[in-house]
This record gives sequence, C-alpha cells and structure tokens, in this order.
Amino acid sequence: MGQTVIAGATVDLNDEGYLTDPSQWNEDIAKAIAKEEGIELSDKHFEVLHYLRDKHNAGEQLTIRKVGKSGITDIKGLYQLFPGGPLKKSSRIAGIPKPASCV
Amino acid sequence: METDVQVNETTSKKVEKKPLEKVLIICAKGAIEDVYAALVMANGAVMEGIEAKMFFTFFGLDAITKKQMNKLHTGTVGNPAMRMPGGLPFPSLLGMLPGVEAGVSAMMKKQMEKLDVPPVDEFLDMITAGGGEIYACRMATDMFGLEMKDFSEHVKDIITVGQFYEMADGDRTQIIFT
Repeated sequence: MGQTVIAGATVDLNDEGYLTDPSQWNEDIAKAIAKEEGIELSDKHFEVLHYLRDKHNAGEQLTIRKVGKSGITDIKGLYQLFPGGPLKKSSRIAGIPKPASCV
Repeated sequence: METDVQVNETTSKKVEKKPLEKVLIICAKGAIEDVYAALVMANGAVMEGIEAKMFFTFFGLDAITKKQMNKLHTGTVGNPAMRMPGGLPFPSLLGMLPGVEAGVSAMMKKQMEKLDVPPVDEFLDMITAGGGEIYACRMATDMFGLEMKDFSEHVKDIITVGQFYEMADGDRTQIIFT
C-alpha cells in the first residue's frame, strides 16, 4: 500500500492497513484509523492501545489472554471495546503489526 | 500456423473474497490434543469476528465436565508421533508404565502455558467472552449419565444433533469435526 497521509501525518502502511513503523504513530492517527473501523476512541481504548504498544516495544508476543490479565479490561470488555476482531483491530489502531499469535 | 495470443482478462480481475461468517466445531474426543484443537479453532474464530459454536459429544464431554475438564490427558500408548524430549523414539511399552501418561500430560500443559494457552476452563471463558457458544450432545450426555449440573457454567444447553444442524444456517457456515 505504501505511504498514506492519515490525520495530517505521512505514514507507511502495509497491504492490510497496518503501520509498518510503529514510531510514526500518534493518538490522532489512532483516532483516524479507529473511525475507519467504526470505533470512537475513549480513554479506556487508549489505555489498551498504550498497553499494546508498551508490550510490543518490549518484544512480547501479544495475546487476548494477556490483555485480559492486564488489569485494564477483561476479555469480554476487550471484545466490547473492539468488536469483531479485538486483537487485530486494536493492534492496527495502536500502530503495531498484525498479531501473529493463535490465542 | 499463426495463432492469436489472447490475454486472459479474468486472471487480472480482482477476486471478490467471501470470508467465513460462522463455524460449528464438533469435539468428540477427550485427549488434550483433541480438545485443544477444537478450543483453539473456536477461539481463533471469535477473535477474527467469526461466529463460533462448539458441540461436545462422546469423550469430548470431558472437556466441559467440571470434574474432568482440567485433568485431561494425552494418550502415551499407540501414538506413533509421541517422542521423548529431544526427539528420540518413545516406545509404547514405556507409555504403559504407571505415571508416564500423567507426566507427559503435565509436560504438555506446561509447554502450552508458556505459549499463553490457558487451561480448559479459562479457554471456555475466553470463547464465551467473545460471543462463542458451548453445547453438549444430548445423546452422549444421557449415555454417560451426566446432567447440566455436571457441566461447566459456560455450557449453554444440551442439544440434539437436529438442533445442532439448525444452527448451521447462513451460506458462509462451515461444520468442522476435529
């Protein structure tokens, strides 16, 4: 897909619409991508997004279970925040790669 | 002889994708690997936004029976893919010794925990949290003398095969037998 302008910033996206360089991310970009997914971001959403980014930057593999144990929200809550593909959608909005885990 | 070369236009056309919308997953066996194959597939479906319904029958009922669900074993006899850690062969005779099956099963669970794969009850919790539904087979439940109270709280109902098929409506539905 290459370079695209989102929320006034130029970012590199892959074919599936994920940022290829997480450092290009900011909260305005998150809001714009979320809007595309039909999600209005709340503070709770941002807590999840920052958690995902921290874990990703620490080199940890992300799973729904891990987010459910983060203390931010439980798994049911995560499904409600990001309906129809919680980990995939939250990762895309958080500007990190598509999750590669099976759980 | 001269032939005209025609460019096949259909190959360059974008193929419209028709993603799955619903999966019905049947689990009829109660070994760790059989149960987890079904659980991983169901959980993977809800994670992708695909509707998932699970149907447990025969020995698969162990996976939703409160007393058994977190004590599943893997068979150490008659499994040609069973190997020692490091890859050496695992003779079936060894698998018959007392405690070996329990040891191997504990080791498998430990390995899965490392990959963040949860115990069975927590896995059912994850699947239902995502909107997945868990059902027990009426015939097998009667056959094993079980009742709703024996099952995990996540089991929605005990249903017949007919009711199960009724759930397979919609043209992007697949039935998977693990």
